[in-house]
Amino acid sequence: MSAFAKHLATAHSVVEPSPWSKRIAGTLVIVYALITMLPLFWIFTTSIKSPPDSISYPPKILSFSPTVEGYCNLFTTRSRQTVEYIDSLGPATTTCDKIARDRSMVVVGESKFWPRFMNSVIIAFGSTALAVFLGTLAAYGFSRFKVPLADDLLFFILSTRMMPPIAVAIPIYLMYRELGLSDTALGMILLYTAINVSLAVWLLKGFMDEIPREYEEAALIDGYTRLQAFFRVVLPQATTGIAATAIFCLIFAWNEYAFAVILTSGEAQTAPPFIPTIIGEGGMDWPAVGAGTTIFLVPILLFTILLRKHLLRGITFGAVRK
Amino acid sequence: MSDSTGMIGRAANAAANATPPRIVTKVKGLSDKAIAWLFITPTMLLLLAINIFPLIWTIQLSFTNFRANRPNAEVKNVGFDNYVAVLTNPDTWLAMQTTAHFVFWTILLQMVIGFSLAYLIDRKFRGHAFWTTVILVPMMLSPAVVGNFWRFMYQPQIGLFNYLIEFVSGVPASSFQMIGSVDLAPWSIVIVDTWMWTPYVMLICLAGLRSIPDYIYEAAEVDRASPLRQFWSITLPMALPFIMLAVLFRGIENFKMFDMVTLLTGGGPGSMTEVASITLKRQAFEAWRTGASSAFAIILFVAVFGLANIYVKALNQVKSR
Repeated sequence: MSAFAKHLATAHSVVEPSPWSKRIAGTLVIVYALITMLPLFWIFTTSIKSPPDSISYPPKILSFSPTVEGYCNLFTTRSRQTVEYIDSLGPATTTCDKIARDRSMVVVGESKFWPRFMNSVIIAFGSTALAVFLGTLAAYGFSRFKVPLADDLLFFILSTRMMPPIAVAIPIYLMYRELGLSDTALGMILLYTAINVSLAVWLLKGFMDEIPREYEEAALIDGYTRLQAFFRVVLPQATTGIAATAIFCLIFAWNEYAFAVILTSGEAQTAPPFIPTIIGEGGMDWPAVGAGTTIFLVPILLFTILLRKHLLRGITFGAVRK
Repeated sequence: MSDSTGMIGRAANAAANATPPRIVTKVKGLSDKAIAWLFITPTMLLLLAINIFPLIWTIQLSFTNFRANRPNAEVKNVGFDNYVAVLTNPDTWLAMQTTAHFVFWTILLQMVIGFSLAYLIDRKFRGHAFWTTVILVPMMLSPAVVGNFWRFMYQPQIGLFNYLIEFVSGVPASSFQMIGSVDLAPWSIVIVDTWMWTPYVMLICLAGLRSIPDYIYEAAEVDRASPLRQFWSITLPMALPFIMLAVLFRGIENFKMFDMVTLLTGGGPGSMTEVASITLKRQAFEAWRTGASSAFAIILFVAVFGLANIYVKALNQVKSR
């Protein structure tokens, strides 16, 4: 159908909005989207400002010269030195060293940002893998077999996620102290797995309910065992659902703060409790905080783009499907 | 993995051979019942260990005067004293009031803005899919990490927020403090929460609007119903279950709110923005009144459990449509 014919066909449809109402709606939505992006724009531009530029008034929106100082400050620790001492050193070897010397400082080592970031990676991926593994099995069980009290069990699984994290944290804190799991990656992985498995079961049950039983039944008639049918027929069909569920679990574990701040303080600390503690000389080092925030948010932006088709389903525990 | 399942499979086969095979189950290998339990049990065991056992422990602690920072002190049973103390403490009710204020205003703003946005996006203008994805970004971010950065944007002397307010309204940027003042601090958290979670409401409302079949509007058009009438008689009632679902989700989430508020205002100034979770954290992990805070935690559990019950009922209602 040519574009003109298509236009004729839809021009008189009562449900198709008029071109004017579309234009107004589009403008309003774009204005909202741009306003809502301002904080993210500010996080990124702050990360490439020098500390004086970041706190100047009126705020420098575009009239500043970009620098990697914020990123240097995020990844290194520095100490203030006399000019004589700095002159006695050889020429600066790295960009960060050069920037530090301009501020009468020398780089003395690496900051804790990278280890904390890696903790986040290990804990988020570890707990996601475990939650999705357990969730896939349980979802298949609930989806295909008559489980006694299935509705009650499913409600119980969901209700564990409804509890306020601080209330749950009191006994977990005591239990982990007894078991030696305080401030360990293993402890955090187990905890996040327990929280995410409820989401995983609910989402994956929905995805598995949509896979026609006929496929498995055909395989069973062909002489497959139930387990073979599950691994060779159901799992390949559920890949999209499993991937979407995994990303939701990852995002939760990545963003989680309440448990992390109470249960981790040193070795196993993740990035969310660490980033707010980044301070410079005499106050917050906002470019460094902006740099840490930017690095922390980039994976989430990628995940959001990957997930956009399944977002609705994920945030409603599978209640609303599209 | 395959080895062990093979072994279980063989064992099950042996068991199946020992008893006369039923005609209904021609399936080889493990019985369906065995697989169902094999698949569900690990999840249940994990939830028992990490959720139910600690919950029972909390109930037990809530009847004692235990303090986690003095593990060797004598622990006494105090009966319902902790519950009475929590429920008669004016601070508890102040925190509940603060939480209610926060929940009410965030839900109201998010519903109004979120539904309007969904309605506009449903006009299907050119590029609506792209802009929808852009709008969704804030809700995916870490409330803690982003809340921490909002603290910078709220700074009266240097922050972007005050500057933009001055730019738009002419009110001098240094004449007001969002976080520091008693009047504005509650609104500072409402603004950030609305910024983050409006997209969430928008997404659910959009699904609601798209679930309304076109023929209903066509019929209304034949009956010459005005656009306003169509909105009140068709659009709103038919999208209502979805709006309710969004209200319940946001209600439960914001009732538990901790991370964003902790990093933005820390509950201050004074206890102006001290929502229930922050009070609980101060009681449990700063004052170390473990017994009393366990009682408070149980009271919050019961409240959330009640909300969750309503939520599941509403959820089933939406599903059955």
